[in-house]
Amino acid sequence: MSGAIPEGLYEQLSHQLSQVVGFIYPNEVETQWAILIVVYPYITGIVAGAFILASLVKVFNVVEVQPIYRLALLTALAFMLVAGMPLQLHLGHPLRAYEIFFTPQPTSAMAMFGFVYLWYLMGVLLIEIWFEYREQLVLMAQKSRGLMKGIYSALSLYSKDISPAAIEFDHKASKLITIIGIPSAFLLHGYVGFIFGSVKANPWWGSVLMPIVFLMSAIVSGIAMVMFIYILLSLIRNEKPDMRCLDKTGLFLLVAMIVDFALEALDYIHRIYQSEESIGILAQLVSSKLFISLVVVQLLLGMFLPLLILVLVRSVRFNEDLRRLLYFTSSLLVLVGIFSMRWNVVIGGQLYSKSLRGLMAYKMEITGIESLMMALFLLALPFIILTVLLRLLPPRWMDKNATPAT
Amino acid sequence: MNKREFLKKVAACVPAATALPSLVAEAAANAEPAGGTAYDPSRHWWGMGVDVEKCIGCNRCVEACKAENNVPDEPFYFRTWIERYKVHADGETSVECISTQERQLEQAQPVDPTVVRTFFVPKLCNQCAEPPCVQVCPVGATFQTQDGVVLVDATRCIGCRYCIQACPYGARYLNPTTRTADKCTFCYHRITEGLLPACVEVCPTEARIFGDLKADADRLVRFHRVNQISVLKPDLNTEPKVLYASLDGEVR
Repeated sequence: MSGAIPEGLYEQLSHQLSQVVGFIYPNEVETQWAILIVVYPYITGIVAGAFILASLVKVFNVVEVQPIYRLALLTALAFMLVAGMPLQLHLGHPLRAYEIFFTPQPTSAMAMFGFVYLWYLMGVLLIEIWFEYREQLVLMAQKSRGLMKGIYSALSLYSKDISPAAIEFDHKASKLITIIGIPSAFLLHGYVGFIFGSVKANPWWGSVLMPIVFLMSAIVSGIAMVMFIYILLSLIRNEKPDMRCLDKTGLFLLVAMIVDFALEALDYIHRIYQSEESIGILAQLVSSKLFISLVVVQLLLGMFLPLLILVLVRSVRFNEDLRRLLYFTSSLLVLVGIFSMRWNVVIGGQLYSKSLRGLMAYKMEITGIESLMMALFLLALPFIILTVLLRLLPPRWMDKNATPAT
Repeated sequence: MNKREFLKKVAACVPAATALPSLVAEAAANAEPAGGTAYDPSRHWWGMGVDVEKCIGCNRCVEACKAENNVPDEPFYFRTWIERYKVHADGETSVECISTQERQLEQAQPVDPTVVRTFFVPKLCNQCAEPPCVQVCPVGATFQTQDGVVLVDATRCIGCRYCIQACPYGARYLNPTTRTADKCTFCYHRITEGLLPACVEVCPTEARIFGDLKADADRLVRFHRVNQISVLKPDLNTEPKVLYASLDGEVR
């Protein structure tokens, strides 16, 4: 017989085994994809959503959203830099992750993640941000001294040309990249949905709607995150946020939520109406193990309540302070709701047996690699990165010396 | 062939020549031991028959498998396991996995009068001809051999567990000692030496029949011919090569 398994794992699995209801295949006791795989699509979704919000300004000329254009880009970048980490940490052999790039298996949905991720980071986000900030970087390199001069010169890739023709080229390039970026953002997160949606062994995941549901919820979470950060920053800096911008962003959030809700409702209605073999166990899953996280948190608190608030804000004339508070509250609720949605997909899909005869349990570890603390750390990390990015690359509306945004 | 083509071919041979010694060593290791010809995977297509009516639920196959293949002893890891089905008078069916329970063979079980029929079903990797686990592996660490066995290369597996999610039969687990995906190999190290898988070897009632679906005369081919055969979850189109005789419709 082989050596003993780690004690913590043994305790966790013994506990999970004791919580099994009905019959499960014996290898199903262990929750294969745990909290870190909940964090992964959550973060990736915010990246895609924030970028799509930013693209509204560049491609669709929504001028009201201009004040948060750069913030949205930097938010996308901050979260993008963290997006791969939960995956890497989750691997049984993290040091072998490079094999995904060197010997990818073409039939595997997961194998393409590395390429989609790299394309989006290197091909879209970084280039877009560079063109957007190039003029400012050149100016800052000229103004600053010492180390900062070196940093800004390096960030501007030692370009110095800020003639009107060069600036014009920057704008054109930035717009072109945004146009390429929109389908790329769709690809990035639709593809994450496909990783789950293509698993035919798991009826909770295996749905053709999964990529599009993931995409719409990503847009919702991205808009909510940028809105949340924008209001938070204005509170920290004791400034009034641009209410036209907030109202417009709130409208986009409302529309995205309605589409997202319609798609999710369609998914549920379709499942219930088709009533396939798995419907019994899935109904049991939703009414017991997922009741709090799905019905209460995802639907009531994360969807209906913020929907109600956003509709109210549009139909009743509230004053600015109250509107700001309501936007802040609804964006926070939406962020919690979308996290819950990721949980319900990832963990929910592993709480019922593929024998369709029983339910499993998941006991989250508090410390360790696959743990609550690590998840919180990974969720906090983008905010730390964003703080650094905002210092280094201040969006124009925060930089008091620069001219206000157009 | 002109000079240029010749030089190109020579250049292409250089890396092949450096790999030659290791290939020779590997071939020598694969050769059959006593006077037999070398094992040729292209001549086989392995499968297993399970006669549900013959299984007595003794769990010997599970123990033999764990011992033969270094499967962790804890009740969360199985390459093969036995399920017990109880059909009750009201038509309901209850299922339990007897392989996860402590051995209770010596204790007499009280008779439950509501049970009208019981039977055991041995489960293992179905060695699908269209394996979803192979399809999803991002690095190709899980693969199908030429003779139809799905294996995991533990030196390449990155431990992402996608294959475990993709298996409809719950046949895979993450080995806690190697941190890589693990599963039934049909005892590949034995069958390529002309031996039977451990579970088949120890079965006292011959409920498991191992054989070659490519052979003209083979026990499994005969088993396939004389029995009414079912496979698990046929709707998923995985084309299992574990063939069940007398399988109840309740079994998933």
